[in-house]
Amino acid sequence: MTLTLTLREQPDVPLEADVLVPDRLAGADDIGALPVWHGKERVRVDDFFAVSGTGDDVRLEGDLSRVRGVGVGMTAGRLTVAGDAGPHVGAGMRGGELHVEGDAGDWAGAGMRGGTLVVRGSAGRHLGGVHPGERAGMRGGEIVVHGDAGDRAGAGLRRGLIAVGGNVGDAAGLRMLAGTLVALGSLGPRAGAGMRRGSLVTMAPVTPLPTFAFACTYRPPFLRLYLRRLRALGLAVSDDQIDGRYARWSGDGVELRRGEILILEPS
Amino acid sequence: MKLHGAEIVDTFAEAFPMWGARVVITAATPDWALEAGRSMTGFATSVIGCKCEAGIERELASDETPDGRPGVSALLFAMDREGVGKRLVERVGQCVLTCPTTACFNGLDAEDTVNVGGQLRFFGDGYQASKVLAGRRYWRVPVMEGEFLVEERFGAVKGVAGGNIIMFAGDEERARHAAEAAARAMRGVEGVIMPFPGGIARSGSKVGSRYSALPASTNDVLAPTLRAQVEHTDVPPEVGSVFEIVIDGLALEPVREAMKVGLVAAAEAGASHVTAGNYGGNLGPHHIYLRELVP
Repeated sequence: MTLTLTLREQPDVPLEADVLVPDRLAGADDIGALPVWHGKERVRVDDFFAVSGTGDDVRLEGDLSRVRGVGVGMTAGRLTVAGDAGPHVGAGMRGGELHVEGDAGDWAGAGMRGGTLVVRGSAGRHLGGVHPGERAGMRGGEIVVHGDAGDRAGAGLRRGLIAVGGNVGDAAGLRMLAGTLVALGSLGPRAGAGMRRGSLVTMAPVTPLPTFAFACTYRPPFLRLYLRRLRALGLAVSDDQIDGRYARWSGDGVELRRGEILILEPS
Repeated sequence: MKLHGAEIVDTFAEAFPMWGARVVITAATPDWALEAGRSMTGFATSVIGCKCEAGIERELASDETPDGRPGVSALLFAMDREGVGKRLVERVGQCVLTCPTTACFNGLDAEDTVNVGGQLRFFGDGYQASKVLAGRRYWRVPVMEGEFLVEERFGAVKGVAGGNIIMFAGDEERARHAAEAAARAMRGVEGVIMPFPGGIARSGSKVGSRYSALPASTNDVLAPTLRAQVEHTDVPPEVGSVFEIVIDGLALEPVREAMKVGLVAAAEAGASHVTAGNYGGNLGPHHIYLRELVP
């Protein structure tokens, strides 16, 4: 069974709606009465949404680009946003599947611990990023963005996989600790600045920071697993990318120099 | 009981539990994958002398492997789960890690696991790195060629070892021909290996020896050359040569299936008799009767 919530009217200011997670909705006696915040005003879910159906397969319909916190901390079930999603979608999620059929706002998947977040469109800044005041950002799970991603994607990344079908903005993997970020397009300037460990992968030529050092060009065996996995998840990964040779740059030299940027060599 | 002119002796093979694991080795070419597989499963004919039994289960096409490269799957058996772990660390470390272009993956989903990549990572001397993908941890070990990728944990299950068939014929050529046909047929069964060279043993053994240091010695009742020297022989007068195929499997049913197709193939290929080895039912809990395998 699918539980469907349809946005009836756009909020005047961003709607704080961290109750819109399968865990909370499935256990609620009266979903319409659950609280959401419209600015400083506490309102009910059914003030903005029409509710129908039941179950932990939740579908949110409408333009939710002004709704914050959808899927925050979800642990199980499936949540689909049939349109754009606002900031913090899937932030801190620990399990389950969250699908955004449109674009996602800033901080999508920030601090994520597990589960899968799929964005069919593009994502804003801080994708899988680190919340202010915290050292580690995403600590597990998978984020797949079919479009582009904004600045600071994967900042503070500790574990898990972020894959972007298009281009990624500035400072991808900023101060990342481990984990993997794959861009099938390009990486913006300052990629991997301050990274300690982990992998940044790009299929377009980039110039790493001067604090990165070239190691060699080779075929990383682990990358074949990752790229085949991403292909299975629906990204357009080519055979040339799977079989290709990658330049390995080690960095960041201002940190441990145990991280790497892998850049696909032109075939 | 007769099958294609061969006498199927009314007896049973006596099999016993051993722990097993499946290793998937991939490489840049099928030849290198096979080379690594052969090396890893070398000197692993009998747990008595080799601490484990191992063999190549089958070759794998690119679309059957985790990394999309050609590969082989190999099975390794030891007396307990810890033994499987130790032997895998030794053999993957010495034979797969060292082989050009290879990567090594667990090929068995099982509740029990042994740590393999988590031990081999130390070869990286601190430069190793791990990756976790879809809940499985892999270790990247830097090597002179580039990088060796090995999965951290390998599944281990309580399997079945000691399935066997024994083929008789009038001379060595005909007996070997029958054994080769049987081994060839058995290679089509998934989940089993025949750990002896080419799948065939010419030197089946009995338990014990007149020499106290030896746990096993030649099976004199099945040695044609001893027919006139021993008090009792199981070699019929018209038989001049005997071969055995030993089968280890991840479960009982594949072992039975391998014995069945091997028995039929041996009979079709000219074996005069097909029998099986047992210890009177005192060794193992699995008794596989040949009469139940005859189609």
